[in-house]
Amino acid sequence: MPSTADRPHADAGAPLLQLDHISKQFGGVKALDDVRFDIRRGEVLCLAGENGCGKSTLIKIISGVHRPEPGAVMLFNGRSVEGLDPAAARALGIQVIWQDLALFPEMTVAENIAFESNLGARPRLVDYGAMKAAAVRILGRLGVKLDLQAPLRTLPIAQRQIVAVARALVAEATLVFMDEPTASLSQAETDALLAIVRRLSDEGIAVVFVSHRLAEVLDVCSRVTVLRDGRLVGTFPTEGMTQTRLTQLMTGKTFDYAVQTRDLSDAPVVLSVENLSRAPDYADVSFTIRRGEIVGLTGRLGSGRTELALSLFGMAPAAAGTVTLEGKPVRFASNREAIRAGVAYVSEDRLQLGLVQPQSISDNTAITVLDSLLGPGYLISARRQDALVDDWVRDLGVKIGHPDHAVSTLSGGNQQRIVLAKWLATHPKLLILDSPTVGVDVGARAGIFAIVHKLAEAGMAILLISDEIPEVYFNADRILHMRDGRIVGAYVPGETDIDAIEGAVHA
Amino acid sequence: MSTETLRRAEGRRFAPRIGGDVAGLLALLAAVVVLLGVAAPGFLSLSTFTSVAFQLPELGLLSLAMLMPIISGGFNLAITFTANLSGLAMAFVLQSQGGVDAGLGAIAAGVLAALATGAFVGWLMGTIIAYTGAHPILVSLSTMIFVRGLGEFLTRGGDISGVPGYVQAVGQGTVGGIPAPLLVFAAAVLLWAVVLSRSRLGFATRMIGSNIEATRFSGVPTRRSLTLIYMLSGLMCGIAGIVMLARFNSVRVGHGESYLLITVLACFLGRVDPFGGFGRVLPVAIALVILQVIASGLNQLGASQHLSTALWGGFLLLIMVVRSVWASRFLQVMFGKR
Repeated sequence: MPSTADRPHADAGAPLLQLDHISKQFGGVKALDDVRFDIRRGEVLCLAGENGCGKSTLIKIISGVHRPEPGAVMLFNGRSVEGLDPAAARALGIQVIWQDLALFPEMTVAENIAFESNLGARPRLVDYGAMKAAAVRILGRLGVKLDLQAPLRTLPIAQRQIVAVARALVAEATLVFMDEPTASLSQAETDALLAIVRRLSDEGIAVVFVSHRLAEVLDVCSRVTVLRDGRLVGTFPTEGMTQTRLTQLMTGKTFDYAVQTRDLSDAPVVLSVENLSRAPDYADVSFTIRRGEIVGLTGRLGSGRTELALSLFGMAPAAAGTVTLEGKPVRFASNREAIRAGVAYVSEDRLQLGLVQPQSISDNTAITVLDSLLGPGYLISARRQDALVDDWVRDLGVKIGHPDHAVSTLSGGNQQRIVLAKWLATHPKLLILDSPTVGVDVGARAGIFAIVHKLAEAGMAILLISDEIPEVYFNADRILHMRDGRIVGAYVPGETDIDAIEGAVHA
Repeated sequence: MSTETLRRAEGRRFAPRIGGDVAGLLALLAAVVVLLGVAAPGFLSLSTFTSVAFQLPELGLLSLAMLMPIISGGFNLAITFTANLSGLAMAFVLQSQGGVDAGLGAIAAGVLAALATGAFVGWLMGTIIAYTGAHPILVSLSTMIFVRGLGEFLTRGGDISGVPGYVQAVGQGTVGGIPAPLLVFAAAVLLWAVVLSRSRLGFATRMIGSNIEATRFSGVPTRRSLTLIYMLSGLMCGIAGIVMLARFNSVRVGHGESYLLITVLACFLGRVDPFGGFGRVLPVAIALVILQVIASGLNQLGASQHLSTALWGGFLLLIMVVRSVWASRFLQVMFGKR
């Protein structure tokens, strides 16, 4: 791991961008309150904080989308840039890569990278030759090879991320904001992206990194600016900073990270999987989960872990092998049968599969248990539905405005609680959690796992799938390691060192 | 995005209650009535009410048939010809039992034949859409061509007329001064309102319309639901077919063909989300009344048949413009800019 301090530019020169007394009010809500921010040429800086802390507002002010309240000082290269608008910000080389990337799925890689450079050209024709040349040049600078003619939608998310970075560079960026760039990347893909970030830094481009993954924040950034509730907590060098300390700064709370394994070898087996195979996804998978046990399943994206989970959930039938649930062999023809038998599956893709985003919080909670809500005439009883939703919202501490609001209006952490609620309402015996903290705040993660541990205490068998080793290490009783569709390792946290597991998984 | 999602959330309430959308549409209806009342002397009369009441149910029943597929994120382009075929089935049963002299038993058999025909066509469509994943527009368009062709073959392009008096009463009679077809329509509206807002199928329809995969992952039987949605749509076509047969004392393939796109318009004017997932029955019913009132009013203005169609279209364009401008202003005031 290269030390961040000895990289060139990291400490060199005057600030590229300097902000002071930045406040922003929306209606009665103070989104930002007297915040100071600065970044130097070529510096990689992290902007950290929980959802709603004001990160996005700050980025929008710097990129000219929002105007700060009067009294703000904004200096770019020492020159005042008050009254910045989006066009002016772009002219200064300020580029934002939002989490959704804002690319064009039907256009080719080359078009996505270079289309902006073609805008306003005379004659008003698309110069494909020049576009391709520009794309080749930029990708060369990044040291990446991509098929320029491939439509963007055929690319995996990691490569789309690179396309978005390349597009920012075409526009002669001096300061690039990256919003949660690694949220949906595997560890290897994250490493590749971080290498690109370092390359940008070496070229003198300043990068502001927004991420929930604290390990990579500490790895790639030289300083971290922490916001909480719209106020500046402070800007700290990452040298000597720990994840625990950073979490504390972001949330204002202390969380204990400690291995908490329990010996449950006497508890009855809930799930037993024997020699389960499904080509080409996984083969010869065997393991058990006991009552009250949390089994962690880790491995890179594409290791077959999600496919295995879908098989257990009745949505991708296994070709061979047996699954036994509470002593009875089961073979589900659909997920309905699996749910009825007591299996619940929290999908890794909360946006597309976990929740029906535009629909209400209430309906999303009730969707799994409609049959139990029927009143007279086989009609859904509004009273029962309201009672069910109220109970779960209270039990899981979900922060909502009104149950009739769309579930998409909730933060990631609260959405995930609704997902948990809808599955817990089915009273599952086996709960499969597939990457349950993707896009969830640090503070909210702790809350989710507090719920999970309570469920385990109450006797639920839990399969926790994650590619973040610390997540399984500090939450599971046992860890299984999956690679290329096979289980290649089994560890007990505490007995095996976390670094050894990291090494084995990401080797 | 947040104002959009808020608007959508506001648009759906579990218990049917008077929301902003209904109030807005009622205000629009009042404005239309006043405007036409001033422009056309004699518009505010019993005869206008009667003409609206007799003409509304056909379009209304077909619109209800269109509503569920649209909320589920689909379409049913076969509604008018399915209604024709259903009417035809009933007419055949009646003809075989003595035509105008057919007895009550034959009428009951005819009604069942019409409902069964409509439901079967819908079931066929729904099954194909649910199990092959083919797009509803393509499936229902193919079905429309098939059903029309079948009907034309069976009638040799002509019409079949002559139904018993009891049947004609359903289309032309009154009960306590209220036109019978209007009562049929009111009952259908009530039934649909209950199905959509209170039944598991209605719940599934909205969920499927927003995101069918997430709905399937939650354990909702999406295929069975889709099949049922189109089957109910076909059933409603069957009811429309019976009413049309009763009103005109005859059935002809192609009757009511021009209603097809107007049913879509009625749904959208009634605040149904064109992309699926959201929509309620009551606003659609009010939108239908508005459309029919405008049509009747233009007739009374004495505009020529052809010009009145153009005027009707122009009026609708105006409503759409006013509505979207009003809606965006309203949302800005309500939620501020984001």
